[in-house]
Amino acid sequence: MNNIRKQDIMSLLGCFVLFAVMQLLIMFEIIGPFWELNIVLIGINIILSVSLNLINGYTGQFSIGHAGFLAVGAYTGAIITVKLGLPFELALIVGTLCAGLLGFLIGLPTLRLNGDYLAIATLGLGEIIRICILNIEYVGGASGLMGIPRETNFAWVFWVGIFVIFFIKNFINSAPGRSCLAIRENEIAAETMGIDTTKYKVMAFTIGAAFAGTAGVLFSHYFYIAHPASFTFMRSFDILTMVVLGGLGSMSGAITGAVLLTGISAFLAEYPEWRMVIYSITLIVLMLYRPQGLFGNKELSLKMFKLGGDNSGRTAEGK
Amino acid sequence: MDMGSFLHQFVQQLINGVSLGSIYALIALGYTMIYGIIKLINFAHGDIYMLGAYFGFVATTMLGLSFLPALVFAMAAAAVAGIVIERVAYRPMRNAPRIAILITAIGVSFFLEYGMILIATPQPRTFPAVFDATVYNVAGLVINSQQIVILGSALVLMAALTYIVNHTKAGKAMRAVSFDMDAAQLMGINIDKVISMTFALGSSLAAAAGVLVSIYYNSIDPLMGMMPGMKAFVAAVLGGIGIIPGAMLGGIIMGVVEAMVSGFFSSTFRDAAAFGILILILLYKPSGLLGKNIREKV
Repeated sequence: MNNIRKQDIMSLLGCFVLFAVMQLLIMFEIIGPFWELNIVLIGINIILSVSLNLINGYTGQFSIGHAGFLAVGAYTGAIITVKLGLPFELALIVGTLCAGLLGFLIGLPTLRLNGDYLAIATLGLGEIIRICILNIEYVGGASGLMGIPRETNFAWVFWVGIFVIFFIKNFINSAPGRSCLAIRENEIAAETMGIDTTKYKVMAFTIGAAFAGTAGVLFSHYFYIAHPASFTFMRSFDILTMVVLGGLGSMSGAITGAVLLTGISAFLAEYPEWRMVIYSITLIVLMLYRPQGLFGNKELSLKMFKLGGDNSGRTAEGK
Repeated sequence: MDMGSFLHQFVQQLINGVSLGSIYALIALGYTMIYGIIKLINFAHGDIYMLGAYFGFVATTMLGLSFLPALVFAMAAAAVAGIVIERVAYRPMRNAPRIAILITAIGVSFFLEYGMILIATPQPRTFPAVFDATVYNVAGLVINSQQIVILGSALVLMAALTYIVNHTKAGKAMRAVSFDMDAAQLMGINIDKVISMTFALGSSLAAAAGVLVSIYYNSIDPLMGMMPGMKAFVAAVLGGIGIIPGAMLGGIIMGVVEAMVSGFFSSTFRDAAAFGILILILLYKPSGLLGKNIREKV
């Protein structure tokens, strides 16, 4: 127990150092605005992939409707700041809670399904959320909600990201988290052992949805606009791809996946016509040669590298 | 709205819905066959439909073919594309985790879409009118000759497919593989060949749908396959995925519901209705309208 605490403090220190370095690089404009934007985007994508990993990787429930919760967060956050004129901090909290609540309401009936059927249901629900938003005039309908203040910066994304990573890491190591892992390994066996599978599945789904909402608030408050076209099922696929690429059920994997894919997109930004083609070929080739993802379900561990400090934070922003 | 005009509107939307639905049914058939055989949700299937439309475009504009030869050309070319995709991207993954194959399918889908943008630019192109559109007025109902051609071609193709699956040796092999792959292999069926054939058949149907739609709407673009692909998939699930008559039924129902929603409410809610049906069917009868409930064994 003591050991874990010590490791956590070490990790936190590592995060501080990493944060200080990155912040200085941004302040002295060694990292230009283009890469600053991409670093923020990487941070947001890390929150998304880590939260989806809780549902898909750790609990084994195949959800591909994450963009829907992202949209809910983005829009409720924007309503709080733009329409009601309340502070950004409140927007973050409300966005998170709303997405979580919706996740709970959606999770309760749909999580009875399994495998491909759950995947399709979540995909459909994600689209329904988007189409509903598209038809609400109050939030701008098809033209999107504009004029959102830029409140998100590197510091916000970094610390919220660290919070989410730690939250999910600790959740997985807690009793409910272990129940989730048991459900992933074998749902019927888990049920036989007395685990209330519905409860823990819904719990994981709600937490994952809530953090997607957080990412949504950060997203809309960085890009000035919340637009329905940013939340299509393509976006859900994007997040899913990050998780699978890194390795389902691996925290370091989810983080690496987010960094890698966002990075590839950014590097290819200069060749817009080739960008998606190369992206898709990378995806196919990686899956052909490493179908279990880069990390499998293993973690990048201290024992592997003897680096000290925090792995998750390091992989998060260090690349 | 009084009863008479309501009824009139209803029948009109029914006609529109059935012709749109037959397109969904053609695409859904490919989804359902491929799922039935290798349990893969082939997300790239909607893009095969797009590919078919472009092949049709090439056939009519560059090769100067008329409707039927162009349709056959597009179907054949798409069949080859389907076989190649399966051979290159899916076959090496056959024993990989399901989710990895799914991601590969998403990758293939992106590749086809953006590859096409690279070749043909993202601008929509005008599909030539291969035959004149005559509008018939039957008892106040508007029926377009193109709708008749779409429905007719779709019916012929579906009948042909049903015949192939139920009455030929190849079809028997397909059914056997979809029932139990290992047992089929032990009986001496060449699995690879059967899977290739399934992809060829499914892709050619999607291509036919692509050509028919392009004739109807006069316009094609590289991303045209995304939404119809998704909806056809919903149609396949609605009818019971893996079941061929189910895909046809599901497609027609989807088309009719969509036409009704756009006719009576608002066309912006059309897509939501499609996915709404999906959620309802999944919650109450996840095996689909024509599916059987299979009890999970421990």
